[in-house]
Amino acid sequence: MSFPWARQYEPKNGLTKFLDERLPLPRLVYNAVGAGYPVPRNLSYFWNFGVLAGFFLVVQIVTGVVLAMHYAANAQVAFATTEHIMRDVNWGWLMRYAHANGASFFFIVVYLHIFRGLFYSSYKAPREMIWLLGVVIFLLMMATAFMGYVLPWGQMSFWGAKVITGLFGAIPLVGEPIQVWLLGGFAPDNAALNRFFSLHFLLPFVIAGVVILHIWALHIPGSSNPTGVEVKSESDTVPFHPYYTAKDGFGLGIALLLYFAMVFFLPNALGHPDNYIEANPLSTPAHIVPEWYFWPFYAILRAFTVDFFFVPAKLMGVIAMFASILLWFFLPWLDKSPVRSGHYRPLFRKFFWFGLIPAMIVLFICGGAPAEEPYVMLSQIATAYYFLHFLVILPIISSVEKPEPLPYSITEAVLGSDKKVVKGENTSPAV
Amino acid sequence: MTKLLSVRLVAILVGLGFTVAVLWGFLVGAYNAATEEAAGHVPYEHPKELSWSFDGPFGKWDKAQLQRGLKVYDEVCSACHSLKFVAFRDLEQIGYSEAMVKAYAAAKTVPGIDPNTGEASTRPGLPTDYFPSPYPNNVAAAAANNNAIPPDLSLMTKARGDGTNYVASLLMGYQEPSAELLEEHPEAAPGPGLYHNPYFPNLNLAMAPPLTSTGQVTYDDGTEATVEQMSKDVAAFLTWTAEPTLVKRKQTGWPVLIFLLFATVLAYMSKKQIWSAVKPKK
Ligand code: HEC
Ligand code: HEM
Repeated sequence: MSFPWARQYEPKNGLTKFLDERLPLPRLVYNAVGAGYPVPRNLSYFWNFGVLAGFFLVVQIVTGVVLAMHYAANAQVAFATTEHIMRDVNWGWLMRYAHANGASFFFIVVYLHIFRGLFYSSYKAPREMIWLLGVVIFLLMMATAFMGYVLPWGQMSFWGAKVITGLFGAIPLVGEPIQVWLLGGFAPDNAALNRFFSLHFLLPFVIAGVVILHIWALHIPGSSNPTGVEVKSESDTVPFHPYYTAKDGFGLGIALLLYFAMVFFLPNALGHPDNYIEANPLSTPAHIVPEWYFWPFYAILRAFTVDFFFVPAKLMGVIAMFASILLWFFLPWLDKSPVRSGHYRPLFRKFFWFGLIPAMIVLFICGGAPAEEPYVMLSQIATAYYFLHFLVILPIISSVEKPEPLPYSITEAVLGSDKKVVKGENTSPAV
Repeated sequence: MTKLLSVRLVAILVGLGFTVAVLWGFLVGAYNAATEEAAGHVPYEHPKELSWSFDGPFGKWDKAQLQRGLKVYDEVCSACHSLKFVAFRDLEQIGYSEAMVKAYAAAKTVPGIDPNTGEASTRPGLPTDYFPSPYPNNVAAAAANNNAIPPDLSLMTKARGDGTNYVASLLMGYQEPSAELLEEHPEAAPGPGLYHNPYFPNLNLAMAPPLTSTGQVTYDDGTEATVEQMSKDVAAFLTWTAEPTLVKRKQTGWPVLIFLLFATVLAYMSKKQIWSAVKPKK
């Protein structure tokens, strides 16, 4: 489960000895995030975002539980109780802004975490399970965030819920019954608001459970690293504590500075003004847009504008939107290059920086823009590239690309030489 | 191996399917763009960039301005607009004494119940009451305003982009539509009961210009009540109603950020020190 040179836990005093024989919790911590967990010594700051994601999950749960003490999930009063929290509850405004911006920061750090996984192909063997669980977490996060946004019962809450549940209406035959079943009615109302609140409270704990599996799966092979070369010997690693606790502590400080700068000085910058208007089923907002973190996927949804043979455009958009995320499940089997890190993959690197990243930026901008030209046409090109990149380009380049030479070991990459270098053995295939 | 190959083959086919479907739409869109004329939006103006005492990270309320703004709301806007999330007691925050708030509330009439008969009636307000709505319900509000319901103003400055500037610009922005505009966009001409205002997104709104002449409100502090002054004062007041905690929020932010900066510098130094043991020597 860990490297043979991992330090062993030794209970030092009576209490820890007592515990170690009955409930070895200190041992668990020591082996998970303590000196007993050897980690590659060359991780870059891109490896900070997993811990940051965990931190923001805790922020969301703590602020969310406090908000739930003052909020009422009833369409008559939901908007007013939200304002009650902002105005009358002691520090209620802080809890609400911390929760709303915490959701945004959670997505920012998770997007950077996924970006890291994609560039360094952390999804490859032996880390497929970490990646698959990560995709599950991401899907759960999206569901949680969507339902949370409905709770203040503003205009975007209501119309967002209507549009997103309306997507199920695109499914042939059973679509409309499914939509009515999901909402508990023909349009979002009390029934929908109550079940969304219930699920919004539940899902973060489900996420926490999947995060535990995610980290368990991580601790089997241990972290990958920027070279993508697997750990070979003790000189390739340092103990998690104090090395990475210190580095994560510094990263956390930076993240908190940015986060609280937003919370205290620009708390509404990432939100939509329309959500400060109470929900009104009779008045449709000029542009219905989801929260910023859904924009790329919203752009994919709206990029399909014509029927495709017998599939209506709307259904095609819905399928494509779900497919755009579900295809991540297959990445470990689509990208078969034996080299992990993008630093040693010249062709992959070009498509990544000059194809995927620009396409994601275009999708992001178009998803937040009104559904008119030139945004629709731009999002169509970017959507086409998105699917081509993952489903066509990645599988093909992994067989035609000639990777650059890899360092023999992490130690060599860091120190310039490794005493244990054996000539002719300088590749470290992933599979 | 053949099984994996087929996974990738299926992926490539699916990928090409999505690509063809979405690019098909692109071609149709490109064809339409080339053959049809784009409808084009009516052009509206972005709010003026005004300066406010509560702007910026050190912003503070100008309580005299908030009190003037309250007076404008009280004497003009409250005829049509409610302020339902604001209680009279909140006015203590903008510099009124408890006694003044009590007197202010008592001068308002709020809905109540006749203690003898239980019938709906009215009573003088208490500090714990909220600003009353000018209309008994939305139907009455719409009937009195050419079918448009005057929105509640409590959150108005947060419910519009650049809200404080927007409300001030809107109030001082009423004007006749220009000849060029009408020529290019005949549909922009105000219909019956509508008024032209370049800051309103569709250029015509159902609110008659509420602030029209200097001295419409008599300020207690002697400030000259020009239309511009009244517009700014009421916009500032509505910024306070939208977020009474705005200044406290910014004031709380500073110690938090300074503490975090300090902690982060310490964290950086300890990280550097710990890692110096294993960093390659240059
Ligand atoms: C005679 C009634 C009346 C008075 C007095 C009045 N309003 Fe209005 N107001 C309206 C109506 C009606 C609307 C809705 C307009 C529409 O949607 O077309 C409105 C809309 C607004 C809007 C929203 C514009 C938007 O972007 O949707 C603001 C802001 C506003 N009023 C501010 C004020 C302020 C501030 C005052 C006092 C200086 C005031 N109003 C006085 C009737 C009035
Ligand atoms: C609540 C959300 C999440 C939490 C708390 C979390 C936590 C972590 C932690 C602590 C690590 C180890 C540190 C690091 O490598 O950054 C990690 C690694 C990893 N995570 Fe996550 N994660 C989350 C979401 C995701 C998502 C959405 C994905 C992908 C879709 C993902 C994929 C991975 C992968 C592949 C690794 C191994 C990286 C490597 O070793 O190179 N995670 N995660």
